[in-house]
Amino acid sequence: MKIMVAVKRVIDYAVKIRVKPDKTGVVTQNVKMSMNPFCEIALEEALRIRESGLASEVVAVSMGPSQCIDTLRTGLAMGADRGIHVEANYSLYPLSVAKILKKLVEIEKPRLLILGKQAIDDDCNQTGQMIAGLLNWPQGTFASKVVLDKEKQVATVDREVDDGIETVCLNLPAVITTDLRLNQPRYATLPNIMKAKSKPIKKFTPEELNVEIKSDLEIVEVTEPPKRKSGVIVSSVDELIDKLKHEANVI
Amino acid sequence: MATRMILRRVIQKRTVLFPLSLSTSRKGSTLVVAEHEHEGGAIKPSSLSALFAATCLPDNDSSVSLLLAGSGPSLHQAASLAASSHPSISQVLVADSDTFKSPLAEPWAKLVHLVQQKGGYSHIVAASNSFGKNVMPRAAALLDVSPVTDVTAISDSLTFVRPIYAGNALCTVRYTGASPCILTIRSTSFPVSQKSVDSKSNKASISRVDLSTFDEDLGKSMYISQTSQDDERPDLGNARVVITGGRALKSAENFKLIENLANKLGAAVGATRAAVDAGFVPNDLQVGQTGKIVAPELYMAFGVSGAIQHLAGMRDSKVIVAVNNDADAPIFQVSDYGLVGDLFEVIPELLEKLPEKK
Repeated sequence: MKIMVAVKRVIDYAVKIRVKPDKTGVVTQNVKMSMNPFCEIALEEALRIRESGLASEVVAVSMGPSQCIDTLRTGLAMGADRGIHVEANYSLYPLSVAKILKKLVEIEKPRLLILGKQAIDDDCNQTGQMIAGLLNWPQGTFASKVVLDKEKQVATVDREVDDGIETVCLNLPAVITTDLRLNQPRYATLPNIMKAKSKPIKKFTPEELNVEIKSDLEIVEVTEPPKRKSGVIVSSVDELIDKLKHEANVI
Repeated sequence: MATRMILRRVIQKRTVLFPLSLSTSRKGSTLVVAEHEHEGGAIKPSSLSALFAATCLPDNDSSVSLLLAGSGPSLHQAASLAASSHPSISQVLVADSDTFKSPLAEPWAKLVHLVQQKGGYSHIVAASNSFGKNVMPRAAALLDVSPVTDVTAISDSLTFVRPIYAGNALCTVRYTGASPCILTIRSTSFPVSQKSVDSKSNKASISRVDLSTFDEDLGKSMYISQTSQDDERPDLGNARVVITGGRALKSAENFKLIENLANKLGAAVGATRAAVDAGFVPNDLQVGQTGKIVAPELYMAFGVSGAIQHLAGMRDSKVIVAVNNDADAPIFQVSDYGLVGDLFEVIPELLEKLPEKK
């Protein structure tokens, strides 16, 4: 069985982002970029499934400008077998990403597609659900535990939902999106980073895949959120209670 | 607060000029995809927020249809409750089938698709909770449109504000595609006042969704179970006061201090990712970019450093109190009242000195 994992290159999660003065977006030049944390978890899960003998190959896919190759190399250094880069120098919304993924699924024929539950830049939380819809595959979103049954060809997924954990059983092929608590992603070791350099990365463009990139969303502006007025440091519990009672009127 | 003010302005300015793409079609009509309680049939508060957001769409012509699905008496109870208690609802659509008993995305997305094909709505709105996030993007893909998720403000019928980068930037997006425009809304940005849901003057029609053409495609996914904490405390997403503990609590045992304080204030308990990962509390209490988004009147953070990802979930709280022994902790940059001190001394003192709540 083959597993396909989609990984996204985003601004590193620890970076304090800056909004561009012309309000067209956020500054990405000379900013540290990394693999989206949820994508790391997705890849780690795929690798663990392969290591347990339930899958034979893990293919990592990334879409966007040429620098996405770096993200794919990171994935290959973690242990993915090969990479696919779909080069696009314009912004891709989740619907387009899902359509490109659908084409790649038709080419590669994986039995399982694992994605992060959301990218920490656009915070959309859509792509996995959309690709599942396009493929008419069942979806296990916000997964905190995945158990595969090779005999029955099903995946049992624990999902993090608003009021606890929900368990669903999916017939393969299926789409799974990962939540934070699914696993602890490994670090790439130096020898593996070296090895990753010789692993193959196939290249495509959306045009070659015959995917029409539809843009039905337009970014009007990107602004900074309103600043909170600066607060005060109180010196004692008594002062705190007094302020909450008489100044803020919340207790 | 800011959002609320923007909203009020939007509601007052109902005479906004609509973009051409819509003025060529008929007046907008909106479908709200709602969830109801399995006991009693009440519409869930998050769905009421979605309903309120739907009424904020300026070209809406106050034609809002509410979609309820499930089976059994609670569904029909929910339908009649909804039909008679919410003045903005003009129609309640009921999909009665065992298929919808559980909140599985596969049948629900197909149902939304089916209802849209029959109703030709201009907008479909749901809450951005785990149900809405799971179902709506799938439905959008079936309809070949891009959804707009986690909307915090509505500027006009096709222009919305949503936070990106963990709430460190606000992005205004315009939907330029074909109908329907699919939205999931952040419930805390569309608070429901009791007044707007209590009017009994309205009686909307209730109609059944014809499921004869519904392709069930059974066997793809199966609902197994749901485990949830039986919790006496108010729901985290809607609580007036939230008390949150972080890594500094050091153990699940110590976390009881937070719970005691919450009990005293009638508050909900929240947690940081560190506290959840360390096993102090279950994951559904996590507040932040990837957990729950809260905006209570009072948010008290104990032993919380204030990482970007945590601030994303609580920065719209009205009053923020932080107690931390590190005076340089980033949480103090957003707190209204900060106290530098040991939470193991501060919480017991608070427990002793705070006035008793009913």
